[in-house]
Amino acid sequence: MLYIPCPHCGLRNETEFHYGAEAGVAYPDPNTLSDSEWAEYLYVRANPKGWLSERWVHFAGCGRWFNLWRNTITHEIGPAYLPFTKQPKAPGSITGQEGSGK
Amino acid sequence: MSSIRFSFDDKTYQGNHGEPMAAALLRNGLLHITNSTYQGRPRGVMGLGVEEPNALVQLVTGTKESMRPATVIELAEGMAARSLTGVGSLPEDPDEARYDKTNRYVDMLVIGAGLAGLKAADEALRAGREVLLIDDQPGPGGHLRHLGQDLPSPLQDLFKHTNLTYLRRCTATGLYDQNYVVAIERRNEHLGNAAPANRARIRVWHIRAGQVVLATGAFQRPLLFANNDRPGIMLSHAAATYVALYGVKIFRTAVVVTVDNQGYRDALRLHQSGVKVESVYDARPAANGPGVDAAKAAGIPVRFRSTVLDTASNAEGLLQRVTIQYLDTKETFQTDADLLAVSGGWTPVADLATHIGIKPKWSAEHAAFLVNHATETLRTVGMLAGDFGGDDDPAVFFGPTLDAEQARSAFIDLQRDSTLHDLRRAVGAGLSSIEHIKRYTTIGTAHDQGKTSGMLTIGALCQLNAAKEDGKPGLSPADVGTLSFRPPYVPIPFAALAGRERGPLSDPIRVTALHQWHVEQGAVFEDVGQWKRPWYFPRPGEKMEDAVIRECLAAREGVAVMDASTLGKIDIQGPDAAVFLDRIYTNMFSTLPEGQCRYGLMCKADGIVFDDGVTTRLGKNHFLMTTTTGGAARVLAWLEEWLQTEWPELKVYCTSVTEHIATIALVGPKSRQLLQELVTGIDLSKEAFPFMHSRETTVDGLPVRIARISFSGELAFEINVTWGYAHYIWERLWTIGRAYDLTAYGTETMHVLRAEKGYVIIGQDTDGTQTPHDLNMSWIVSKKKEFIGKRSFQLPWLQAAGRQQLVGLLPDNGNDIIPEGAYITSLNAVPDESGKTPHIGFVTSAYYSPVLKRSFALALVAGGLSRMGETVNLPIVRKVLSATICDAVFIDKENLRRD
Repeated sequence: MLYIPCPHCGLRNETEFHYGAEAGVAYPDPNTLSDSEWAEYLYVRANPKGWLSERWVHFAGCGRWFNLWRNTITHEIGPAYLPFTKQPKAPGSITGQEGSGK
Repeated sequence: MSSIRFSFDDKTYQGNHGEPMAAALLRNGLLHITNSTYQGRPRGVMGLGVEEPNALVQLVTGTKESMRPATVIELAEGMAARSLTGVGSLPEDPDEARYDKTNRYVDMLVIGAGLAGLKAADEALRAGREVLLIDDQPGPGGHLRHLGQDLPSPLQDLFKHTNLTYLRRCTATGLYDQNYVVAIERRNEHLGNAAPANRARIRVWHIRAGQVVLATGAFQRPLLFANNDRPGIMLSHAAATYVALYGVKIFRTAVVVTVDNQGYRDALRLHQSGVKVESVYDARPAANGPGVDAAKAAGIPVRFRSTVLDTASNAEGLLQRVTIQYLDTKETFQTDADLLAVSGGWTPVADLATHIGIKPKWSAEHAAFLVNHATETLRTVGMLAGDFGGDDDPAVFFGPTLDAEQARSAFIDLQRDSTLHDLRRAVGAGLSSIEHIKRYTTIGTAHDQGKTSGMLTIGALCQLNAAKEDGKPGLSPADVGTLSFRPPYVPIPFAALAGRERGPLSDPIRVTALHQWHVEQGAVFEDVGQWKRPWYFPRPGEKMEDAVIRECLAAREGVAVMDASTLGKIDIQGPDAAVFLDRIYTNMFSTLPEGQCRYGLMCKADGIVFDDGVTTRLGKNHFLMTTTTGGAARVLAWLEEWLQTEWPELKVYCTSVTEHIATIALVGPKSRQLLQELVTGIDLSKEAFPFMHSRETTVDGLPVRIARISFSGELAFEINVTWGYAHYIWERLWTIGRAYDLTAYGTETMHVLRAEKGYVIIGQDTDGTQTPHDLNMSWIVSKKKEFIGKRSFQLPWLQAAGRQQLVGLLPDNGNDIIPEGAYITSLNAVPDESGKTPHIGFVTSAYYSPVLKRSFALALVAGGLSRMGETVNLPIVRKVLSATICDAVFIDKENLRRD
């Protein structure tokens, strides 16, 4: 079970959180997109091997959404950061298994 | 140790309190304990702990837990057990024992209280850290316990330290990400009948540690030879411990077969306990070390480059004779023995490390896979890290070369009865990966997860792929790699995982403020999410159909009342609340005047209907949203997600008020008249209080809000009152209502009433693929504004012809109530090549209508809105019903009744 640093509540067990897929995908202006671009927004998210910044919500805690770097291979947890703040750099992996997360 | 009596297979024996049941069984001469699962071969105790593949028993006292190794059960007075042939069975009776769970956060968790673990704990305690030490044995010391030796004195003080928590009989079953460990502590079994009834039998520990130290030690492993499974063949360390420590005196002559110095130490213990050691047969060409010297000094004969090839049994199936082979000359001879003690080297317990993906590394020097890990968060020590104590010197040797016939009785996995023959067949069938071989042969898939068989499998694969004389290199264990171990390391009873969350505590139960009234009125309840809702209120002698017909007619012809408090309610406030709702709902809310209500539908961004409900504007910047009963939490989460992650500039605050406000639905043509007696402050006439309007007033000084909302099509009022006052208002209604023959109704009647009007229930009449248009609700989709999901309506697949659309169905036989979920086929449908008849949709809701005096249904049908009047088939079990497609609104299409 992942141990996730909620920016508001500190380290908590994964069972208190819900997952929200790739972070940083802004809601586009729907009317400027072609059907396939809109479908891309709806259905396609990055899922790389390695570091990925993801959205999480502390559902059973403060109820706040935040972003978190997580390594999808090693399950290492990187820094958490609030929405609309500067994204910290992807951390290095202690195991050397690096991915290409955006 | 005090003497106790216990029973095994209905016979009473003497044993010592606290010793392993296996020791007592052996002392009483029970070598043949059970028969093997598939081949029925006699089997006895082989090991010393959880690695035991043979001696499984079923306890028949206390909690009748199955498949417990006799090697780990601590004897207590009055204990009774039965032998098991492989597969256990659960007792019929419910498990009355108590189980609990607890969480622990600690600086350091040390798993294993052997010397290495104790040293690690000691260092950490000296450095001021808090340590949790867990170990599956009844006491600390690990290997030293088997030797009957005390802890070195510096380590004895360890247990006085206040920063140490030591849990005995506590087995770590899984290691997970970020040092999360699950462990089970067996707290009662060793106490037998003396265990207090109120004490949890097993406690599940959920541990999060800053650093985990794996000091899990090692198991001795057997060798692969013909007939290697007879009672009397044991791991040498187990045999020596039973004989020397537990006073088992049933063996006269032992043969010791070894690949390392451990065999010599065990031979010496056997010798010193009065067992004649015929000889040590060592696969190595020579041996040196203190253990070897001591055995030789005691006069124990030693033969090098020799090992066991085969065994023979007496009439009872017990070991009688051993065939020894000289490895260089292949010469064999036989010798009599009633104990064959085998030392095939050590297999460190790498299970926990592999749970989190660490790959053990082969060390030829140790003849073992090791895990050497030392980071800030995880460290391995002791045998797992390769510290074998300095007097071991094992050969990489798994057994002699066996012919095809010998391979049939060379058991790799004794619990699964899987042999070397099975493994050769798997390899012959083209399998080379150990993971595939495991699945093909079932080796390592029994309760012990291959604790003794895993390394033998690897060894046997290497034997099959040995170096060729032409110089082609053979396979080494490093090439084969280990099997993947998965949690749990030892079996965990489901009851322990459930803990106290059983029966009524298995899930939270939510009840409304009026629940007690419903209970007293004999309501039959249904579960809606976690809510208990009255389903119907049967009168004496009434069946469900009767009650629902009576309740429906009361609502249509008189007056009826329902507790609608479970509706999700979200209080939405802020200067941007109206703008926000415009984006959330498909229809407009910013234009809604204060004091009025509007039905709204919300979609996900993909255009699929997500939830619905009535929202009331209580003030300029204040709305009260209602959601479906089951959707309350996910709608609030949805609103929060958009506010927090997309529109932080909107000043809007959402609060769940589901359990703050009780809602009473008063329904029927006489509802106005009845209500006017309760509330005197407002004019309830249709002119003064139009449909979808909301008014605030008081009843006996209590604030109530009344809204003209109808989920039945009838004249109806929703009375909203603070949860705590709901029961008072409800009783007042009933006091007045007696003169009106007021009738309470439940969710079944609510469903019939709403379906007669064609009102959908999201999640019942939708399956997560319908747009508002599919539900014939285009009227609710605004063309003037942007909202979530709007763009998706232009996607070609959401506009395609033939999408399933909501329609009504009238069965041709008005007595047929079509099962919900029934498939719909066209009359001219023919089976396709695969023999399946294509369906065009399915029934979502079906009831008997007391008003229509016939059955009816709602359904999703491909292109349904343009198939009005078409007759369709409904194939159900053993017959085919027919029905006609019609509009989904069955009564009062003109909405005349609601005023």
